[in-house]
Amino acid sequence: MAYEAFHVLESTAVPLPIENVDTDQIIPARFLKATERIGFGENLFRDWRYHQDDTPKKDFILNNPTYRGKILVGGKNFGSGSSREHAAWAIYDYGFRCVVSSFFADIFKNNAMNIGILPIVVSPEFLSAIFSAIESSPQTRFKIDLPNQIFTILDSNQSQSFDINSYKKNNLLNGFDDIDFLVDKREEIVNFAFDRPF
Amino acid sequence: MGKTLFDKVWDSHVVDSISDGPDILFIDRHLVHEVTSPVAFLNLKRKGIQVLYPNKTFATADHNTPTINQHLPVQEKQSAMQLKMLEENARTHGIPYWGLGHRKNGIVHVIGPENGITLPGATIVCGDSHTSTHGAFGAVAFGIGTSEVEMVLATQSILQPKPKKMRIHVHGELPPSVLAKDVALYIISQITTSGATGHFVEYTGDVFKNLTMEGRMTVCNLSIEMGARGGMMAPDEKTFQYIKHREYTPHGEDWHRAMEYWQTLYTDHDAVFDREINLYAEDIEPMVTYGTNPGMGIGISKTIPKASEVSGSQQAFKKSLDYMGYQEGEPMLGKKIDYVFLGSCTNGRIEDFRAFANVVRGKKKSEDVHVWLVPGSHHVLTQIKSEGIFQNLIDSGFEVREPGCSACLAMNDDKIPAGKYAVSTSNRNFEGRQGPGARTILASPIVAAAAAVTGRVTDPRTLN
Repeated sequence: MAYEAFHVLESTAVPLPIENVDTDQIIPARFLKATERIGFGENLFRDWRYHQDDTPKKDFILNNPTYRGKILVGGKNFGSGSSREHAAWAIYDYGFRCVVSSFFADIFKNNAMNIGILPIVVSPEFLSAIFSAIESSPQTRFKIDLPNQIFTILDSNQSQSFDINSYKKNNLLNGFDDIDFLVDKREEIVNFAFDRPF
Repeated sequence: MGKTLFDKVWDSHVVDSISDGPDILFIDRHLVHEVTSPVAFLNLKRKGIQVLYPNKTFATADHNTPTINQHLPVQEKQSAMQLKMLEENARTHGIPYWGLGHRKNGIVHVIGPENGITLPGATIVCGDSHTSTHGAFGAVAFGIGTSEVEMVLATQSILQPKPKKMRIHVHGELPPSVLAKDVALYIISQITTSGATGHFVEYTGDVFKNLTMEGRMTVCNLSIEMGARGGMMAPDEKTFQYIKHREYTPHGEDWHRAMEYWQTLYTDHDAVFDREINLYAEDIEPMVTYGTNPGMGIGISKTIPKASEVSGSQQAFKKSLDYMGYQEGEPMLGKKIDYVFLGSCTNGRIEDFRAFANVVRGKKKSEDVHVWLVPGSHHVLTQIKSEGIFQNLIDSGFEVREPGCSACLAMNDDKIPAGKYAVSTSNRNFEGRQGPGARTILASPIVAAAAAVTGRVTDPRTLN
């Protein structure tokens, strides 16, 4: 599924300074029963966000109107656990376009990029600086410059560059997905498969 | 410079490499289930694309299925719809489909090996992180997201950056009552749940050579819980004996041709890994987890560590213990248990049922404990019956349910109630994993068995 191209994003951010945020927290398994990609944002962080009677948990960050933005900032090892792409769908559907952490689980990182979310890895020190900036002012704005691969805390002008391979960068800049790319290669793939042992 | 086992399998599947980008990796086998595939099939339909190799794709229903009364229509509407969609999608594209009640039905990572779909030197993917299980046969097997499921359906290929390589060598021999599950939980407790992220693991040493194929699958299954992209072991005579004569295993000339390739699948002596981990079997005892990720595990005779002793965030550690209702420094032995779950792609194979049955034979289920025994497949269920284990379990007061993922992820009705404690042979003890508010203690089948007859966390080595 194609997604909105990603160039430069300026936004406030929502902090979630918790380590090992696993995909069961991002979207619990009981919400994986859909057969279409619709409405996953409503259940993003469901059990941290709502009590069992569906009333909001007041102390959870998404229920605090002070914190808004298109950037989610998470603790180390964000997205560990299940391969469910539904976790990335929920984050995108809720309105985030970028997740920042000092460390991502592999499958989550792939899934995020495949649907147009930019996962940005920053150093642990820079991650702390981001959390501190939001803590002192939730209105702190951040700038993500994908063409130049630079993440900036605008209020303090601290910045850090981030890595992304040029293939994925080009995809995100243009809103391309891998499937179109691979479908164009079907003939080459069929030739490759011709004489395999099984 | 020599190549690792992983290099040999990966490199022989690269159709092309994109400069400063991923490899185009050819996929030999694609396993599909009802939960992570519907959106992929829907997108193919929208684009008017047919599955390129339906004979390399296999579909089963397992994640969102009941484990009782499978002969009756599934009551819950959304679940029934997912199952119907999978059946329709499989039919549309000519994919073998083994739905509820089919004799080949079961958990995707249990039926792959059972039917000879899983082969050494193959690349295997599935929209499920525990696809790493198949690495036990010397396959490069890993979990993928739904966009990637769509790629593989459409082109039998996937775009993947090649992971780094890690070798985990366990020296020595395992003490009695220490099972494959304990080895894996021990490794994760030592290197943490992100210790192998970005890497593909090869497990080496006599400990793994001496494991049965079932035990090897348990270890490789848990590779994802240390963050690894996957884990694998070099195929040997045990592997070849296991796969020989299974339905989808190559036969005749094809077998001999495949064997020529399989005989080359080992790490060369001069191959280099990006990381090497050395651990010692004598340090491992039956393991239990006390927290909310699989890295929070200890030997069953040990006490829960103090916040000041753990690496990583103390706040996260305390949050985890709060969720579990445990205190730092407490022993795990003697903790009260409400539920026991034997099953899942980690420990739902015949060997796991044999191990459980051996412990409970001649004893009775504790009246305070609910016990769910869920075979990984119909094939396992049939074996349980033919080996007499079924009757043995009934005599001890247990019931055996029908196959599926069940309480491992609790998508169906098999949910542990909020606040209750479950000793579970599954793979994740995340908050709410086994039901909202459920508290999970991961352990081996024999620790689960000891809990089932005593109602408490009990060391199987001291059970009379």
